[in-house]
Amino acid sequence: MEPKTLFDKIWDSHVVHTIENGPQVLYIDRHFIHEVTSPQAFAGLRKRDIGVRRPGQTIATADHNVPTKDQHLPIKDALSKHQVDTLVKNCEEFGVELYGLGHPYQGIVHVIGPELGITQPGMTIVCGDSHTSTHGAFGTIAFGIGTSEVEQVLATQCVLQRKPNTMKIQVDGTLKNGVVSKDIILYIISQISTSGGTGYFVEFCGSAITSLSMEARMTICNMSIEMGARGGMIAPDETTFEYIRGRQFAPKGEEWDKKLAHWKTFKTDEGAVFDKEIYFKAGDIEPMITYGTNPSMGIGITGSIPVANGQADVTLEKALEYMDLQGGSQLLGQKIDYVFIGSCTNSRIEDLRMVAELVKGKKKASHVNAMIVPGSKQVEKQAIEEGLDRVLAEAGFELRQPGCSACLGMNEDKVPRGKYCISTSNRNFEGRQGPGARTMLASPLTAAAAAINGHITDVREMLN
Amino acid sequence: MEKFETLISRCVPLPLTDVDTDQVIPARFLKATDRVGFGDNLFRDWRYLEGDIPNPDFILNQPGITGQVLVAGKNFGCGSSREHAAWAIYDYGFKVVVSSFFADIFKNNALNNGLLPVQVNENFLQALFSKLEEDPSLQIKVSLEDEEISVPGTDMKEKFEINPYKKYCLQQGFDDIDFLLSKKSEIENFEEFRLVAAR
Repeated sequence: MEPKTLFDKIWDSHVVHTIENGPQVLYIDRHFIHEVTSPQAFAGLRKRDIGVRRPGQTIATADHNVPTKDQHLPIKDALSKHQVDTLVKNCEEFGVELYGLGHPYQGIVHVIGPELGITQPGMTIVCGDSHTSTHGAFGTIAFGIGTSEVEQVLATQCVLQRKPNTMKIQVDGTLKNGVVSKDIILYIISQISTSGGTGYFVEFCGSAITSLSMEARMTICNMSIEMGARGGMIAPDETTFEYIRGRQFAPKGEEWDKKLAHWKTFKTDEGAVFDKEIYFKAGDIEPMITYGTNPSMGIGITGSIPVANGQADVTLEKALEYMDLQGGSQLLGQKIDYVFIGSCTNSRIEDLRMVAELVKGKKKASHVNAMIVPGSKQVEKQAIEEGLDRVLAEAGFELRQPGCSACLGMNEDKVPRGKYCISTSNRNFEGRQGPGARTMLASPLTAAAAAINGHITDVREMLN
Repeated sequence: MEKFETLISRCVPLPLTDVDTDQVIPARFLKATDRVGFGDNLFRDWRYLEGDIPNPDFILNQPGITGQVLVAGKNFGCGSSREHAAWAIYDYGFKVVVSSFFADIFKNNALNNGLLPVQVNENFLQALFSKLEEDPSLQIKVSLEDEEISVPGTDMKEKFEINPYKKYCLQQGFDDIDFLLSKKSEIENFEEFRLVAAR
């Protein structure tokens, strides 16, 4: 048999029908929904007078548009309340399981799927959210879809998709001290641009990737979309299996043994051909930070901001003007106003532990507003059990309740106009964290270091 | 979905690269639970200054600029998967977006709403921007049948590619759910086959 990539194996085994010279009907194993991109899809079902084909394969949560304070109280903003209430009503009417506000499993959709053991190797997973690529860390084909496609999946458990090309991104070697998985992915994006992966599905591999924990792998796959890729995946291995074992919805007993034997076959065959291959060395990667208004505008923490080159760099010029930064200057020492630790990229327990360890016994700079938003109720609970909440509170960080929060500023968690925020989220687009907000993306370590010093800091100076 | 055949219209140039869907429609305007009215907030933070004052420098606010074709720089529609971006562009009155490169999810969302993404090569795009700078009232013709974009009265024209299935859908005003629902028995067979295989 011809050697195949992991992507091809999973994709091909989910094809229900192929339209000649057209897209394919792809069967979807798990579908996650949330309050913002699902209401119009349910309305579409009602209009057609049809139900959800496989309600047991769709899981709902409220995350994008929920407050991160006083979640036990009614939502104050009328439009937001209506949107969250609509999700509750739709889930009841169509028989979909909802982990809504107040539920012990509630949280950011891409945090709860993995932590509950719903995400498993070899699956196809979609959600009306571009960061669905996160689930690829388990060796799944997971990608974001639009609301019309959400309706397709609800109605038929399938989605019409053109098969993307395959790309291999291999990172070998050992990471330097102070460099974590967020830095790897920000580095890759800075090298291949925001459109370098468009049209491709990426498999990340190499020793620097396989040595990462599951949570660190999720951070990598999460940001695949920021280089335009349809998704990113990592072949499952012992780290993956150990993570899944024993979780709420993981297979148990005999079923586990059977599944495990099957999961072990999920890898790219020796000699399989990718449409494109890119190689990086882990040792070249520094702690990263962005200076501009898309995630590819990133540099090593000690580097200099590029200089806009006249007409050819209109977009860079506009970005630097928005950020009020000078081409050719360094970011080290740049004063910051806000620190946001959270989002589907970096809000898991390991991220919180990383921050707590760095800030333990220290105090944030007095002018800095530092907010930590755990990815889920379970992360929040564990953080409290481990005493991280006290460490963070003593350092002057505010621990909020789970949600997407200031990553996209749909709720009241916004960064004011003109203020600089060092953020562990995934997008530094203009206005992403609030109109006029200036976002700099970085790892939880780099963000925590900036919170303590009040300015952009090389975290390596604080380690040892 | 509305049918699309041929469009002759003026253009709105937006010569910026990597325009993300957060710019097309910021997240704080995604709270609606229906599909209408998003055009009011299209490019909200570029279109309006603080205090909701129209920004005179932004192209949509410039007198004499109008049209049903949005012409944008490379990698249009990157970032968030929000279909609200396609709804906002369509709701505002655009029927076509021309760029030298589209982000994948945006392209799907556009096609699912009868908004035609026309991908042209970078040289054609830059030539079109130059022409529009010389003459903002320039009309262009987009023919879906011929898969061709042209400037009537000039020799400027270029073929664009569209998947034959998607072309058929746009011409018929037929959407993917109609198609998928018609494949019900194949989906049932697939599910049955997988159940048996798992035993």
